[in-house]
Amino acid sequence: MNLDEILKDAEREFAAAGSLPVLDQVKARFIGKSGAITEQMKGLGALPPDQRKVVGAQINQIKDQVEALLKARRDTIQADALNHQLAAESLDITLPGRGGAMGGLHPVSRTLARIEELFASIGFVVADGPEIETDFYNFTALNIPENHPARAMHDTFYLDGGALLRTHTSPVQVHYMQDQKPPLRIIAPGRVFRVDSDATHSPMFHQVEGLWVDEQVSFADLKAVVQDFLQRFFERDDLTVRFRPSFFPFTEPSAEMDMSWGDASENRWLEIGGCGMVHPNVFSHVGIDPERYQGFAFGMGVERLAMLRYGVDDLRLFFENDVRFLKQFA
Amino acid sequence: MQFSESWLRSLVNPALDSQQLAHLLTMAGLEVEAIEPAAAEFTQVVVAKILSAEKHPDADRLQVCQVDVGEAEPLSIVCGAPNARAGLLTACARVGAKLPEFSIKQAKVRGVASFGMLCSAKELGLINPTGVDGILELPVDATVGMSLRELLDLDDQLFTLKLTPNRGDCLSMAGIAREVAALTDAPVLDVDCAPVTAKLADLQPVAIYAEVACPSYCGRVIRNIDPKAQTPAWMVRRLERSGLRAIHPVVDITNYILLELGQPMHGFDLARLQGAIQVRMARADEKLTLLNEQCVTFSAADADILLIADAHEPLALAGIMGGQSSAVSESTTDIFLEAAHFTPDAIIGRARRFGLSTDSSHRFERGVDSALPRRAIECATRLIIEICGGECGPVQETGSGAVAFEAVEFRPARARRVLGFDLSDAAMLGIFKRLGMKVDEAGESMWVTPPMYRFDITREVDLVEEVARVHGYEAVPAVSLRGKLAILPVSESNRSALSIKNIMVTKGYQEVITYSFISEEVDRDFRCEGAALPLLNPIASQMGVMRGSLVGGLIQTLRHNLNHGQERLQIFEVGRAFLTSAPDQQPVRLAALAYGSVHVEQWGEKSRPADFYDLRADLEAMLHPKSFELVRTDIAALHPGQSAEIRIGGVKCGWLGALHPQLTQKYGFTRSPILLEIDLQPLLAQSPPCYLGIPRFPAVRRDIAVIVDAKVALADLINLIKDASIPLLVSINCFDVYQGQGVEPDKKSLAFNMLLQHTEKTLMDSEIESTVAEVVNLLAKNYNAILRS
Repeated sequence: MNLDEILKDAEREFAAAGSLPVLDQVKARFIGKSGAITEQMKGLGALPPDQRKVVGAQINQIKDQVEALLKARRDTIQADALNHQLAAESLDITLPGRGGAMGGLHPVSRTLARIEELFASIGFVVADGPEIETDFYNFTALNIPENHPARAMHDTFYLDGGALLRTHTSPVQVHYMQDQKPPLRIIAPGRVFRVDSDATHSPMFHQVEGLWVDEQVSFADLKAVVQDFLQRFFERDDLTVRFRPSFFPFTEPSAEMDMSWGDASENRWLEIGGCGMVHPNVFSHVGIDPERYQGFAFGMGVERLAMLRYGVDDLRLFFENDVRFLKQFA
Repeated sequence: MQFSESWLRSLVNPALDSQQLAHLLTMAGLEVEAIEPAAAEFTQVVVAKILSAEKHPDADRLQVCQVDVGEAEPLSIVCGAPNARAGLLTACARVGAKLPEFSIKQAKVRGVASFGMLCSAKELGLINPTGVDGILELPVDATVGMSLRELLDLDDQLFTLKLTPNRGDCLSMAGIAREVAALTDAPVLDVDCAPVTAKLADLQPVAIYAEVACPSYCGRVIRNIDPKAQTPAWMVRRLERSGLRAIHPVVDITNYILLELGQPMHGFDLARLQGAIQVRMARADEKLTLLNEQCVTFSAADADILLIADAHEPLALAGIMGGQSSAVSESTTDIFLEAAHFTPDAIIGRARRFGLSTDSSHRFERGVDSALPRRAIECATRLIIEICGGECGPVQETGSGAVAFEAVEFRPARARRVLGFDLSDAAMLGIFKRLGMKVDEAGESMWVTPPMYRFDITREVDLVEEVARVHGYEAVPAVSLRGKLAILPVSESNRSALSIKNIMVTKGYQEVITYSFISEEVDRDFRCEGAALPLLNPIASQMGVMRGSLVGGLIQTLRHNLNHGQERLQIFEVGRAFLTSAPDQQPVRLAALAYGSVHVEQWGEKSRPADFYDLRADLEAMLHPKSFELVRTDIAALHPGQSAEIRIGGVKCGWLGALHPQLTQKYGFTRSPILLEIDLQPLLAQSPPCYLGIPRFPAVRRDIAVIVDAKVALADLINLIKDASIPLLVSINCFDVYQGQGVEPDKKSLAFNMLLQHTEKTLMDSEIESTVAEVVNLLAKNYNAILRS
């Protein structure tokens, strides 16, 4: 076999090899121990010395060509294999993800988290208190003595032994002021209870109480904090707050807070909660000097804020816990 | 409190329309809840006189009336009302009139032309004042042709005020008028309380045995009133528009005084009084039948109830309600009028003790001007004599008389500090004067004496509020915030509840909020600690007791959602459970429930129900990196074989398990929900991390499998090995549990991987082998574990 034939054979046989193992076997027939080219090399010794160099160079040239062919074929086979593998491993990337779905927070929690975050940004810390309260914390310490007509404003749930369910989050103020010295800045979110149940009243709902006590905290500051909060909560710079004189035994002056709502042309005011300057009697009950310190407190209905913020039209939905409702607040 | 706008405007009439007046009142703290028209809309209805009424030629029940409507020619109108008769003054809707329900056109009624309609109260949307069937019967002195709306003052508005308990002084027309005048500077008309000259010398003796409770008692005898007298229409109208029904002229007049002046009064039938009137406290076993027919028997505990009595028996609950035995009736001719001052302390809470709340007690509880009885009794006397005739005796005043309030010190500088805006001393002084307060200036203070109707002004801050209120809350500037800046302390030893909630959300749980009260039965099923805490006045029995566990609410939430088409549910709640009513026995807890398939139905994961170990994994996620122990427990609500107590550092803090099959059946579930309840505090507590360095020498892993009794708990094996403190063993972890072919039925195979490590050197094979052997021997010795080859 002459060298050109060897080259042609190699070219043909490499091309016929479909896989690397086959290619390796085929390769042995040309450049293995007893391959055609090796055989040619072995034959060099039999040639006259003057031809050896020429023929040897020819053989090496062919060998290089065969090896180049081999490498090219190897690369092609490897590339084909990889392409094949990639094609085989291709996924339907539109299938949904595997495993668990996410849950969600209750809209009241979501609202409270937002309220807490906003107030934390001006240094209010969160305080908490029991839900079964004593008469002292829910009423007396808040300047609502027994038989005060203001008690009729609170339809109270009672338990044995004079215990009651707190009708507002204001008792938390009292606990906190008993334990801490001014200056104080707290919000107290939580459940409150009133004997009332219809389309617009739930026997249990959430309030968030705010309290700021220091030497110079004024009624004007109260209006600013409430307005600032509501503007940030609803993300509306044009929202305004109206204070309307009212009466709470534990604050004086006291106000109902109304918030402008809808277009300016509508001139609608929505009640958002009550507030006022902490009554000196409340300070006296907790041992804070009312001549030195003053401050404000406010209370807002959390469900009311959530309803306005998220467009919920029925208070009762919050406590039915139908997941078709709850899922919409994830 | 409801009142007629036209009545108010008869006393004070500022240049404001109804809406502006309502706004003024609301912004002064007298909230106007509602304004409604006093009557429905209608037009062209006039006072008419029926001149003649003749039978309709073709209809038995119809009459053809000639009706004078104040014009030259009478109108011919066909009318079917049985009371249509010649001489009657009634209401006529002219052709073209628009009534609430329909309009009036010229018509032929059975062939006879009719030029209008004679109207009943109902057709005009009015309350029938006389009760007579048929067309309206108007007073004989009504002017024919006059607009009916004008005659009956129908263009009036009804204001509903939501008064706060501190403003008892505004529980009257005079009080509201006074307030409007102070706010607008409009002149206010004083109610006529001029003394009425006595024509009789008659006295009814009165003795006060409770001077503190009743400092002043005015009484007066009036004789010979006409028992047939009628309350005039204008008074009936004002009473009705205030929500009161006309009953009897004397009662109506005392009610009218209550509404107009704010002074509750009472009229006794003089003939039924025996001996002197006594104002005294109730005695045990006395009885009194009240005007509402309620019979009250007083006990020893009622010694703080003030009574009006005569020598023989109790007559009335002072300041609350009169009694039946001495009440005026249709035959009464002689009366004894009472207008007294009872202090708020003497009345507060008393009405409620008898389940009562009256217009009278409502006012006395809040405070009534102690100088008012004298004026009220003169005003009432005048009205009674005008309306019912009769002659009066002199006013008898018993007691120490009116009590003035003490002056309150007011520091304008203090007011400015509290309010946070500038207002001059003069402006504040002006406000006090407008409110009828007497002011004495003394250096930097003012001494302010409130008027006798302002029971709510007892200290400086009350005056600060008055300044702000009259100046106008709308004028309070919202200043930008000022405060001392300091970074808040944030403890790294506590996470927020929100961060725990977010772990559960990430794990696929939906947060719910259920009521803190629940039915007694559900509470009994799930309460693990403490006794039931019943509410004394629950809304409904399903909300009868405070929950001892959050799980009951989750179970009910599951039930609700299954009923509404859900098939799987993963929910949690954070809230308080109530062990007792003590403040430290209301722990905040987290409870979770998983029901149905562990994943939403999908292509990617094989469907299987959520089980004990899924919830355990969620618990591990919440507690990570803290370790905890599960210990078999006996909780009645849970499956005994699939329930555990959660302990952290040996302290019990919750439980985990499948609902007991009996409860699963009771609550109608097809499989047992998996439940978890744990105190929130241990979930929040964490230790700030402390870096210990990365080991320099590699760990070696060795796996073993042992066969043990099927009943052996894995944790016992692990604890045994951990307790042995084998020096090179840094961790041991079970990675396979197998029962089945190749393992005897009552045995199981447990496979462990162990990490062995030395902090200072690379381990030698011999050290590794001896450590593994130590573990195997320990298990063999204590649990008869056999190493699987």
